[in-house]
Amino acid sequence: MIPSSPTLPLSEPDTVLEVRDLQVQFETIDGVAPVLEGLSYKLHAGETLAIVGESGCGKTIGALSLLRLAPSPPARITGGAILLNGRDILTLPEEDMRGIRGNDIAMIFQEPMTALNPVLTIGHQIVEPLMLHKRLSRAAAWERAVEMLRLVEIPEPERRVKEYPHQLSGGMRQRAMIAMALACGPKVLVADEPTTALDVTIQAQILALMADLKRRIGTAILLITHDLAVVAQTADRVVVMYAGRVVEDASVFELFENPRHPYTRGLLASIPKLSDGNERQKLEGIPGSVPPVGARPPGCTFAPRCTLAIDACRQSVPALDSVSPTHKVACWAVMDKTSKKELERAIV
Amino acid sequence: MSELSSSPPLLQVDDLIVRYPVKKGLLQPRKHVHAVNGVSFTVRRGETLALVGESGCGKTTVGRSIMRLVRPSSGAIRVDGIDVASLSRRQLKPYRRKIQMVFQDPYASLNPRMTAGEIIGEPLGNFGIAHGADRESRIMSLLERVGLGRSHFHRYPHEFSGGQRQRLGIARALAVEPSLIVGDEPLSALDVSVQAQIVNLLDHLQQEFGLSYLFIAHDLAVVQQISHRVAVMYLGRIVEIGETADIFRAPIHPYTQALLAAVPLPDPRKRRTIEPLRGEVPSPISPPSGCAFHPRCPLAEDRCRREVPRAQEFQAGHFAACHVMARNNQYAALQPVTA
Ligand SMILES: Nc1ncnc2c1ncn2[C@@H]1O[C@H](COP(=O)(O)OP(=O)(O)OP(=O)(O)O)[C@@H](O)[C@H]1O
Ligand SMILES: Nc1ncnc2c1ncn2[C@@H]1O[C@H](COP(=O)(O)OP(=O)(O)OP(=O)(O)O)[C@@H](O)[C@H]1O
Ligand code: SF4
Ligand SMILES: [Mg+2]
Ligand SMILES: [Mg+2]
Repeated sequence: MIPSSPTLPLSEPDTVLEVRDLQVQFETIDGVAPVLEGLSYKLHAGETLAIVGESGCGKTIGALSLLRLAPSPPARITGGAILLNGRDILTLPEEDMRGIRGNDIAMIFQEPMTALNPVLTIGHQIVEPLMLHKRLSRAAAWERAVEMLRLVEIPEPERRVKEYPHQLSGGMRQRAMIAMALACGPKVLVADEPTTALDVTIQAQILALMADLKRRIGTAILLITHDLAVVAQTADRVVVMYAGRVVEDASVFELFENPRHPYTRGLLASIPKLSDGNERQKLEGIPGSVPPVGARPPGCTFAPRCTLAIDACRQSVPALDSVSPTHKVACWAVMDKTSKKELERAIV
Repeated sequence: MSELSSSPPLLQVDDLIVRYPVKKGLLQPRKHVHAVNGVSFTVRRGETLALVGESGCGKTTVGRSIMRLVRPSSGAIRVDGIDVASLSRRQLKPYRRKIQMVFQDPYASLNPRMTAGEIIGEPLGNFGIAHGADRESRIMSLLERVGLGRSHFHRYPHEFSGGQRQRLGIARALAVEPSLIVGDEPLSALDVSVQAQIVNLLDHLQQEFGLSYLFIAHDLAVVQQISHRVAVMYLGRIVEIGETADIFRAPIHPYTQALLAAVPLPDPRKRRTIEPLRGEVPSPISPPSGCAFHPRCPLAEDRCRREVPRAQEFQAGHFAACHVMARNNQYAALQPVTA
């Protein structure tokens, strides 16, 4: 059964960003270890694509690679392409990258404290890219900075703009960084866990702000998040990653209503839900843990934890294959069933 | 608020007030951020109390005060009945072992020059808990219990992912077998499957060793799942506190109601626009008069603008501070008047 996906138009909208078979490895004295082993996805104008996956599977490294900011050494991009409006940014000189960062592609970093400069005021950090990319005068840029802080619901923005990161609460720092990323009106917004430090009412406000940017100027949003409720509420499409690879790529409806990959199913089953009763629900999680980088098994990396694993799973890596026009999955067991069912249908 | 058992609660916070000075201009009067404005609560042995509330309302400041990382302007923090402000440097050591914190910003709280093994091992050394091979095997087992595995032993914090760093912080807090863990958003960087594993681990430790948790969190589904009681903060004050089931079934304070109404559902067919709280987030430098929530409250009336509402009991153990709700409170009317 293929559920309808009303938000997806028939003709494919403009692809703003395409990641094609991206390979990243860590090169350390202990040796070489692959982190991303063929990451591929497309991001369309005005679309929100969510990336979900187990902690440590490579979401942040993949996001940083889009800006060529993955820490190098040890990280090195060894293959693939990242096409921004058709142009491979992996081949651009560093100088051109500086024009892209913060302007074409802006990023909300996972840990605000690592991204904010502790010795500069919040305002200073928002103003700088505005003057650089948008050629605003200093005064106009400061005005815009105050306005941005107000939009992300920071009280008394006129005062806060002059404060240093340590004077803000965790959630305010996160919002200051969001203000910084949104200020220039980027074509692509990469948001790595943007609302982890926010309560649900302010989170709703921030998500509305991002949706507004999408509507007004067609910003494409790459949303990395562990919060599957946020995914359900805001994403058009979802990419599920496991140990450096995409294991499922589907419209948000198909993903929630008909998840196919055993990892995705385990993930969805682990969502804690608000209940009206008072009995505490017990959540199991998926037994085992994600293999560390450098010790990934051959074949499907999920096989050691998978209850459906068949021999093929331990031998070769399953390819990402279509199960519907808007749903792809990389799993031997799923493919096995599909082919069997198709065979049955053909015989009848 | 009444305590049923006769022994003192593990943690008792009494009318805690914390102000941060604000840089002032010449000739301007000295101003303060009223981060925490008279907060009182207890945590019993083996209990999990969740602290929730709007970003910037003072949750981390409460946690840091308990850790003695910020100096309260007034109020008392008692652990096993002893006022921690009165402790000398020497007396402080066992206290520090008893109470551990998992910090909101994992990266900033981990020494970048130490490996994971050293980070977890350091408190073991400081408190003389385990030595040599014994220490190493303890560290390994802690790493494994938080789902990190031995291969992470020699790695530095910057070589971890966000969620891995957060788990490193949890392992460090657990290492010294504390009585209370103050967890400041300790699960926020974890995917739901790993989160479930950690929740089960914390639950298990509570069952086995009677560990207590003060759990600061934004994810209300997780809060409902792991806490026994919930305290809701708004602009430096606790506006509602009670048993988890009561808070979720029958929230009293208009802010609590707004918070619960804004919880997003993990179902793409149930999309909805969440009505934002109207009005601006208030300033903690000059908090609104009376009930701090009044500028945004749908029920506000004149009295709310003038008078700070006091906490009232609505059901056994379920308190809220709201003038309008208090007027309709049946329970209070039934209680005998006490001095
Ligand atoms: N500098 C580094 N050196 C070695 N390994 C690293 C380094 N940075 C990250 N890693 C490893 O690479 C893997 C991918 O990290 P990444 O930060 O992309 O994960 P993630 O999917 O964002 O996880 P999380 O959800 O926990 O943030 C992790 O297993 C991590 O341990
Ligand atoms: N070191 C500091 N100097 C000045 N002001 C501070 C300092 N630390 C916190 N504040 C202010 O105190 C108030 C409460 O901050 P706190 O970090 O306790 O909030 P919080 O409830 O933990 O918020 P969040 O959910 O966003 O982490 C905020 O207005 C914040 O800006
Ligand atoms: S006291 Fe008044 S303003 Fe405050 S929550 Fe109650 S009704 Fe609203
Ligand atoms: Mg990450
Ligand atoms: Mg905080």
